[in-house]
Amino acid sequence: MVKSELAAGSHAPGPAPSNSATTKTQGPRTITRVNLAEAVYQQVGLSRKESAALVEMVLDEMTNRLIAGEPVRLSSFGSFTVRHKGQRIGRNPKTGVEVPIKERRVLVFKSSNLLKARINGQLAEGGDD
Amino acid sequence: MIKSELVQRIADRNPHLYLRDVEKIVNAILDEITNALARGDRVELRGFGAFSVKRRDARLGRNPRTGAHVAVDEKAVPFFKTGKEMRERLNDGYNG
Repeated sequence: MVKSELAAGSHAPGPAPSNSATTKTQGPRTITRVNLAEAVYQQVGLSRKESAALVEMVLDEMTNRLIAGEPVRLSSFGSFTVRHKGQRIGRNPKTGVEVPIKERRVLVFKSSNLLKARINGQLAEGGDD
Repeated sequence: MIKSELVQRIADRNPHLYLRDVEKIVNAILDEITNALARGDRVELRGFGAFSVKRRDARLGRNPRTGAHVAVDEKAVPFFKTGKEMRERLNDGYNG
């Protein structure tokens, strides 16, 4: 069996990903790291490879802060906070069998008013803070 | 951690970049996500989580203070679902 290579970072500089969505003719698309790296590449003028590495670094930094239990607040975008949930008794909705749900931590995202407004088409592109 | 602290941390790890450029990088990432959601697209970041947009129907709401009926228009709200790896890492060694 041949495994197809999809790992990030192994791409030679090539054509821009066609997925980066400028037209609005098809249905919803899925944006990934590749598109974020492309945006950095277009706007900052680093190499594609370095742009991808920086996207990774930003996500990494955010992840590490959150795992440390620290909130991450990004003005005009939104905030991520870690919430602590106590143990409770859950139920399998199909069978009705009770199952204990252990104490755990969950990540909560609260979007900024600006992001909400943008999603509802109330503000033009590039609104800041 | 707030945005400026995130920028500073990334800058510390990349001494060859100006702070201003790191700021541009962080903003480019956040703007790309925002613009995608504004178009109704989904943003999937493996290991971190996925952003999507959910539609909320118009409904008849109430002013909680006066009890008066208010029409609430149909709207779209951003939604974030934590990624599998993130969820696991948040709860690593946290079973008690």
